[in-house]
Amino acid sequence: MTKPIRFFLILLLAATSTLIAQSDDSLKIKSSYFEVNDFVEDNEACLKCHGEEKYLIEDPNSGRSITNHMCPDRTIDRDAFYSSVHKAFSCTDCHSYDFMTFPHPLEVRFEEHFMCLDCHGYDESFAQYHFEDIEMEFQKSIHNMEDFSCWKCHDPHSYKAFMRNAEDLTEAILYDNNMCLKCHANFSRFTLLTDREEINVVKSHEWLPNQTAHFKSVRCIECHTAISDSILIPHQIMPKADAVKRCTECHSRDSRLMHTLYKFQSKEERKGGFVNGVIMTDYFVIGANKSPFLDKLSFLILAGTLLGIAFHTFLRIRNKKTK
Amino acid sequence: MATHRIYLYPIWIRIWHIINAITFLLLVFTGIALHYATTGTGLIKFETAVNLHNICALLLTFNYGFFVIGNIISGNGKYYKGWKKDMTDNLWTQAKFYISGMFKKESHPFAINKERKFNPLQKISYVAVMYICMPLIIISGLGLMFPETIIGQIFKVSGLALTDFLHQIMAFVLLIFLLVHLYTCTLGDKPGTLFKSMINGYHEEHE
Ligand code: HEC
Ligand code: HEC
Ligand code: HEC
Ligand code: HEC
Ligand code: HEC
Ligand code: HEC
Ligand code: HEC
Ligand code: HEM
Repeated sequence: MTKPIRFFLILLLAATSTLIAQSDDSLKIKSSYFEVNDFVEDNEACLKCHGEEKYLIEDPNSGRSITNHMCPDRTIDRDAFYSSVHKAFSCTDCHSYDFMTFPHPLEVRFEEHFMCLDCHGYDESFAQYHFEDIEMEFQKSIHNMEDFSCWKCHDPHSYKAFMRNAEDLTEAILYDNNMCLKCHANFSRFTLLTDREEINVVKSHEWLPNQTAHFKSVRCIECHTAISDSILIPHQIMPKADAVKRCTECHSRDSRLMHTLYKFQSKEERKGGFVNGVIMTDYFVIGANKSPFLDKLSFLILAGTLLGIAFHTFLRIRNKKTK
Repeated sequence: MATHRIYLYPIWIRIWHIINAITFLLLVFTGIALHYATTGTGLIKFETAVNLHNICALLLTFNYGFFVIGNIISGNGKYYKGWKKDMTDNLWTQAKFYISGMFKKESHPFAINKERKFNPLQKISYVAVMYICMPLIIISGLGLMFPETIIGQIFKVSGLALTDFLHQIMAFVLLIFLLVHLYTCTLGDKPGTLFKSMINGYHEEHE
């Protein structure tokens, strides 16, 4: 290879690599972010590390740098953040400005976080969510222990009000169950909060037949919470002894699912004359869905058949006597 | 009065039939328990009803396969075939016998023999039940047992719901069949004659 050609090739390589690098960057920061958030650029100061799988540590004194792995627990997904309920926030709305320095100083690690009620409590515009009632229920919940706060289930960087806006119930159920499984299928998170031995959720629910089908179509909270009429999502997790074990709590005409999972839709009128009609679009719960019309019709046919048989028998007996 | 005996119900038919009858009765009982499930304690616990229903359903399904295969290889299937053009006339003739003829001491319009085990009404109902209703109830039941095989939604109605309706309707049709079947089985020489045939295999009739 002659020198000029080699030089040209190197140039080409350099050009394409910067092009790739550029398109990579502009892919990460989508224009849609700017529509929901005024601090996208500021947030990049944190997300350049916390939004990546790896980050760069630079020593300004020596000019040296190394690349390190960002632990997944500290990683924030940009898409999830900018579509969460708090998508309009800047990181420093909730976190101290002192996080701008790296390594993060010791005292900011003890920063007090705002709680939901600090911002949402007794606020007319959020009245429909009943934050105060939820807080009361949480107080009574078995999770009400040290270091356990609303944030443990409501991921500060991705939480969405999923169920309320759900188009697809199955998706919402998956979302809600993953909230619980974050700890109950991950011992390292679980053990952070308690010294208890690992709970194997699959084993604890072996008594439930079709377990996968059930976990796909009902939420954990269906069985583990007390029914609440004022709020959409019941929050009082009861001790395991009080969890629902009786099948007919759901598989019956007055299914508790109508007060929990299907609460929103159940206010609609009965669909097509079926008891608990809403369940029918997505689910079918044996024992809970019945058509009163079909039930009556079948009763009539049954009665007609029996009458016919009785009449025929009567004719036979009379016929025998008059022989 | 001589008694005329023909061997009509080979042993395998009788075995099939007794298993069929027992599992079916259990399925009716547990099925009704599931359909009318209440939060209180009913006749049977929901879990027990589910399990029993599943077990009987599987037994019935295998038994049904036994019946279909048996009918093909043994030749018993011939009694279920052969529809002549005058079928509607024959059905009417048989119906007229049940409505009035039998009270006037007329003789059976279709004599039972080795070539003709069933009268036209029996034949049509057995064929409908064994080759239409049973397959439908079995397929829909298997669908409910393995819900992941069912289509998600059809016109905004859950596929599971549609499957279940088919299942319930077939169950009901079969229940009605069973009632009529049991009753017509008392229409032999004496009320118990035909039941005896299903036990010892011999059809008995006074000449
Ligand atoms: C140079 C990369 C980098 C930048 C920029 C950065 N962080 Fe961090 N941050 C880290 C690393 C690495 C950790 C985990 C190690 C540690 O805790 O020191 C961390 C930990 C954290 C923690 C967890 C602290 C704890 O003790 O649990 C928080 C909260 C945090 N960062 C917030 C922020 C915020 C807010 C910003 C932007 C204002 C920011 N970080 C900017 C690298 C960075
Ligand atoms: C609505 C308030 C809020 C906003 C906005 C917010 N955070 Fe957080 N963040 C929290 C809370 C609360 C915690 C502690 C969570 C806990 O206790 O489990 C936290 C924890 C963290 C942690 C520690 C690891 C973890 O996930 O628990 C990091 C890192 C972090 N935040 C970075 C960021 C970055 C970067 C941004 C901006 C993109 C940001 N946060 C925006 C409230 C917020
Ligand atoms: C720092 C204050 C603050 C904290 C802490 C906070 N929020 Fe918010 N939250 C807001 C603001 C402000 C909005 C409105 C955002 C908007 O309209 O874009 C909001 C929006 C919401 C919404 C959507 C409301 C709607 O109608 O759009 C929900 C749901 C919500 N927050 C739940 C929570 C929960 C649950 C917590 C605790 C885990 C929490 N928030 C903590 C300030 C906060
Ligand atoms: C054990 C887990 C857990 C804890 C702890 C928890 N929540 Fe929730 N929360 C949930 C789940 C699950 C949902 C349903 C999410 C969805 O919309 O799909 C939810 C939904 C909500 C909603 C939305 C309700 C609606 O009407 O849409 C609010 C508001 C809320 N929680 C507030 C709180 C507050 C305040 C706390 C702390 C006092 C808290 N949560 C603690 C699990 C939890
Ligand atoms: C942040 C982690 C975390 C999340 C998220 C979480 N849990 Fe737990 N859960 C725990 C811990 C820790 C315990 C053990 C408490 C103790 O020490 O007794 C526990 C205990 C339980 C128990 C057992 C109570 C008993 O009587 O032994 C149930 C039931 C339970 N959780 C249900 C849920 C449900 C339902 C959800 C989702 C709505 C959920 N959890 C979400 C951490 C979590
Ligand atoms: C159909 C009702 C039902 C559903 C749905 C359900 N549970 Fe349970 N769960 C129970 C019952 C009942 C027990 C108590 C079992 C026992 O004591 O034998 C229990 C026990 C538990 C325990 C304590 C187990 C132990 O051994 O200490 C945890 C943790 C738990 N469930 C979490 C969950 C999570 C997470 C989900 C969702 C993925 C869930 N449950 C869904 C009914 C349910
Ligand atoms: C929390 C409510 C709830 C409880 C408690 C519950 N189930 Fe279910 N079950 C459901 C729902 C909802 C479905 C519908 C699943 C679907 O549509 O895919 C279902 C489906 C089923 C199915 C599968 C039906 C099919 O599609 O094949 C069986 C079998 C079943 N349940 C039996 C039981 C038994 C036995 C118990 C008690 C040990 C029980 N269930 C307890 C809600 C419940
Ligand atoms: C739904 C369940 C049932 C089905 C589908 C069914 C079906 C049938 C069929 C297809 C035959 C003809 C068999 C052959 O090929 O020879 C038959 C005969 C018979 N069955 Fe059933 N049966 C059922 C339940 C019962 C029950 C519960 C009893 C009584 C306890 C009973 C009593 C009889 C008798 C006595 C006969 C012989 C008489 C005749 O040929 O009509 N059956 N059944």
